[in-house]
Amino acid sequence: MNIASGVRGFARRTLALARAEVLHVVRDRASLVQIIVMPLIQLLVLSNVATFAVKRSPAYFVDFDRSATSRGIARRFAASDLFDIVGQSASPDSANEAMLRGDATIVVTIPHDFERALTRDKSAPIGLDVNAEKGSAAGIVQSYAAQILTDYSAELGQEIVPTRSNVVGGVPWEVPPVPNAGRIDVRLRSWYNQTLDYKHYMVPGILVALVTMIGTLLTAQNIAREKEMGTLEQLNVTPIGKAEFITAKLLPFWVLAMVDLMLGLVAARLVFGVPMRGSLVLLMGSAGLYLIVALAIGLWISTLVETQQQAMFTSFFVIMIYLLMSGLLTPIDSMPHWVQIASLVNPVRHFVSISRAILVKGAGITEIGTHLAILGLFAVTFLTLAIRQYRKRAA
Amino acid sequence: MKALFGLLRKETYHILRDRRTLFVLIFMPIVQVMLFGFSISTDVRDVRMVVIDPTPDATTLEIRDRFAAGGIFRVIGVARNARSLEHLFGTDSAQVALVFEPSFGEHLAAGDPAQLLVITDATEPNTGASRQMYVNAVIQQYESDRGTPPGAVRITPQVRARFNPTRKSTNLFVPGLMAMVLNIIAALMTALSLTREKETGTMEALLVSPLRPWQIIIGKVTPYLGIGFVSVLAVLVVAKVVFQVPMQGSLALLLAEGTLFILVALSFGILISARTSSQRVALLAAMMGTMLPTQMLSGFIFPLESMPRPLQWISIVVPARWFVFIARGIMLKGVGLGYLWRETLVLGAMTLVLLVASARSFKVRLQ
Repeated sequence: MNIASGVRGFARRTLALARAEVLHVVRDRASLVQIIVMPLIQLLVLSNVATFAVKRSPAYFVDFDRSATSRGIARRFAASDLFDIVGQSASPDSANEAMLRGDATIVVTIPHDFERALTRDKSAPIGLDVNAEKGSAAGIVQSYAAQILTDYSAELGQEIVPTRSNVVGGVPWEVPPVPNAGRIDVRLRSWYNQTLDYKHYMVPGILVALVTMIGTLLTAQNIAREKEMGTLEQLNVTPIGKAEFITAKLLPFWVLAMVDLMLGLVAARLVFGVPMRGSLVLLMGSAGLYLIVALAIGLWISTLVETQQQAMFTSFFVIMIYLLMSGLLTPIDSMPHWVQIASLVNPVRHFVSISRAILVKGAGITEIGTHLAILGLFAVTFLTLAIRQYRKRAA
Repeated sequence: MKALFGLLRKETYHILRDRRTLFVLIFMPIVQVMLFGFSISTDVRDVRMVVIDPTPDATTLEIRDRFAAGGIFRVIGVARNARSLEHLFGTDSAQVALVFEPSFGEHLAAGDPAQLLVITDATEPNTGASRQMYVNAVIQQYESDRGTPPGAVRITPQVRARFNPTRKSTNLFVPGLMAMVLNIIAALMTALSLTREKETGTMEALLVSPLRPWQIIIGKVTPYLGIGFVSVLAVLVVAKVVFQVPMQGSLALLLAEGTLFILVALSFGILISARTSSQRVALLAAMMGTMLPTQMLSGFIFPLESMPRPLQWISIVVPARWFVFIARGIMLKGVGLGYLWRETLVLGAMTLVLLVASARSFKVRLQ
């Protein structure tokens, strides 16, 4: 019976402290703002902000050729929905000016005798100056432009074939037998995100950032505040055990973060129409596991600092490293190889992958099993670290 | 004046004594440049590709070889049917699938169109689009090597990437990083150090001293101006040495603009501290007012043009937006004040407005 009463005592003391914690959070306006308003604002604003989507790019045309073909190119650009023509002249200086001012993202330069070279040599150059200051967007802009040019030259090719200039000496120009003349018919298909909507990619990641903030930052700050105000000492002289204290401190934030995640998922679905292809139960289960890691890290930080200010700075620092290296903003595959390996010890990376895999790809437990196992390992490691580091006695 | 120097010395001691915070303040900028330098990149390389080839023959083998040889794709598997595709994409083991139709080679040899299905993981849209482009490029190259069909013409784009020829993303975020670091140091730390005096009750002692209110503020704020300046230099040195970020324009102009931006941030910090009485609230206000907007609405990571209109309008009142534009202009484009005077004026005006606002709400008496 001793064990049973021990368990009951543990539960009673833990719940009493957890209740006090919840009351504290609910009573304090600043905490409530941090827990409910901030995450929702973050989700709503960040989801709109965090986009590398390339919308209509301002294009400037420098046309030295002034031919039907060069005008055709300008028309294709204007009609493509991908470019806005902000200027058109025969002066490279004003194009340069527009780019320096930041008014033009791409300058298309059509050289003299462009049309003539095209009909004579079947090939003619065209200048594309891209403002690479815009980062990854520059590559996309460039490829859009190249695609328009490819399509246009295919169109031109068809126009040019039957004209009289191809008829040599009254004899119809014979098609030489080109071996393997069949064409490859390439069909492109984008899986998981047919509409190429950035929000479908970002929102599942932002949800992760959100629960990480709550889990790590608030826990660290909360315990640091108790230290600062001296109430931690009071708790330390009560009969509460180490494990009870930690459970009671972590439980409310675990629950709050789960509630926030649910709110976030509802918002993601209703406001942004993010697909939810996989099982939500699996997602919440993984989140529960991940949150233990995040909370344990927060707890660990709190054992290392003395003041709230230090707690804030340290957690910010840790969270920033974690978020940047998680593949949340930029794909892990683009990072240097050693960074990719280092990111394996980043719990955020695994949960970001899980969240995207479940929501966007509809992955099941077999697909995310490895990530889950690693998270489980982290949960045990960090919790052990934090509990061992935590001292009931003030130093 | 002597009293002011006394306060300045006391403040400097305060900062130097809190080792942990000082450590963070000095190392944060350096670590941040490193982190961003290594993590923020959207290059497409080492794409994991799986090939579905129901009837392998010389043609499909050659196409497969071209993908394997290109340096961008890594063929992780070849299968006869598409059954395992879902699982491979689900585990992120494959990012592109090349699916040949049955008897692809025969069709091509017979002069019929031969179908090739390219599936890309477009979870991240830009990366998805880039991968498609690279696949297309390989196929087009293959086709043109087989012989150009008669009459076809080619417009060959000659691309120049202006201002950032290597397309290194490091070059893009260093200006934004300076803005962020300065906001943390100048706005956040100033606000905290002033409200801490209020919280601990020592503000009262300062107010009854012979120091005038403006002297108190100058005394509290000047050390942070110094730290801010030092961290800008640190960011620039690391950016230059580790990542070879270019400096096309005038360094002196950049430092002058940086100081102007520090003034904006400091005035904002003073305003926050004049309006709040606890460190917690000051922290929240500084985060909401400076950190988040700087990260999100300055064009530092995410291009402003891609955002919805209302957010673009809000970004007009974010000082970092103007500073990022100025710093990029100087560092990458090498332009001078002739192009940047408008942005500079905006920053100057912001400093003025913030200072006037905080002078008005600074109370000499405590409740």
